[in-house]
Amino acid sequence: MSASQFAASGLACLRGERLVFAGLEFALSAGEALLLVGPNGSGKSSLLRLMALLLRPFRGDLLWQGEPVSEDPDAHRARLRYVGHLDGIKPVLTCRESLTFWAALDGAPDPGRRASAALERLGLERLSEVPGRYLSAGQKRRLNLARLLLLPAPLWLLDEPTNGLDAAATGRLEAALAGHRAGGGMVVASTHTPLALPGAATLHLDDFTPELHDHEHGESA
Amino acid sequence: MTRFWHLVTRDLRLALRQGSDATIAVMFFVLCVVLFPFGVGPEPNILARIAAGVIWVAALLASLLSLERLFQTDHEDGSLELMALSGLPLELVVLAKTVAHWLVTGLPLLVAAPLLAVLLNMDRGGFGALLLTLALGTPALSLIGGIGAALTLGARRGGVLISLLILPLYIPVLIFGAGAIDAAITGLSPRPHLLILAALLAGALPLAPVASAAALRQALE
Repeated sequence: MSASQFAASGLACLRGERLVFAGLEFALSAGEALLLVGPNGSGKSSLLRLMALLLRPFRGDLLWQGEPVSEDPDAHRARLRYVGHLDGIKPVLTCRESLTFWAALDGAPDPGRRASAALERLGLERLSEVPGRYLSAGQKRRLNLARLLLLPAPLWLLDEPTNGLDAAATGRLEAALAGHRAGGGMVVASTHTPLALPGAATLHLDDFTPELHDHEHGESA
Repeated sequence: MTRFWHLVTRDLRLALRQGSDATIAVMFFVLCVVLFPFGVGPEPNILARIAAGVIWVAALLASLLSLERLFQTDHEDGSLELMALSGLPLELVVLAKTVAHWLVTGLPLLVAAPLLAVLLNMDRGGFGALLLTLALGTPALSLIGGIGAALTLGARRGGVLISLLILPLYIPVLIFGAGAIDAAITGLSPRPHLLILAALLAGALPLAPVASAAALRQALE
């Protein structure tokens, strides 16, 4: 516990009337990765949204260096990057404009140059002047992932980051993840497709699904 | 502060490239006012008498028309989530989006209003008051309306719901807006009305973004 940067204790998540998971625990140290696995509706997305403070836990706490993150939510938001199911891409903005905006919104100095560098690292430099409406699903996903590389942040939260990616793009993502972890960063990712995260701990969310009268699966979280 | 202006310029760029939102509001405003002479007949005296009220009611409806989309597109494509996670407080995100929204939909109303006043044979003495009231009143409408837009985010038939929630709150702005113009036309000082309008704007400016941000947090869960 003492060495862990980011941890959860007794975390429970309530969506509507349904307890998605309860008593969830994990601990991550610098450079470590956590892979979330479990059937649909077991709460992978909900857990990532909880970690991003987009949801409030029903019970339990998320801890950053032993301190509950709810005590200083702004500081926690500043140290995380979240990539969700929605790509947040505007049809009329070019890739470079989108990324420059996100970099500027996070207060990065010289956002234009950072955007170019991020585009290059995910192999999007040829698309940099293309408006969002002409991007394929995989290209949109890559553009969304490029946000991770704009500004360094210790915690990356990735909700099925490989959806729609081809093998080459997955390789670039894996390289980015490895680089991030080598620098002491942490990764929490949910995925249904193979994603190379060497040495990642695996969290089976169905272990924490509460036993009710009937065990329900199949709903998307 | 630069982050704030980055968000304003991004929204302006989006609005100018998409075009429709800005023109729809002002076209609606013009058409709405132009309908009145057909309905009540072309008698100059009657039209001059009702001009202030007609222009103000039309401006209010035009502002309401475009409000539904204030947060909707960003909510649907996930951008709003990312903005909530960015370093900019959600209250300022709301304020920046409202400023951009007003520049795109409110400012054209000010340009069109004198033409409509001529069309309705409004007394020349009321022109200055008309512009001043719209300059003070329409930003207040955008700010108050933003609360409705945030509250109805994700609701089906949100547009109708916004009208029901927000139109009653628009009544003070309408009363003092039209009242100032009538006072100026009858030779009284519009100053008290204008001061109350300015007070409404001064109150809405800090309070409405707080209320909207609270509603947005609810919508993001």
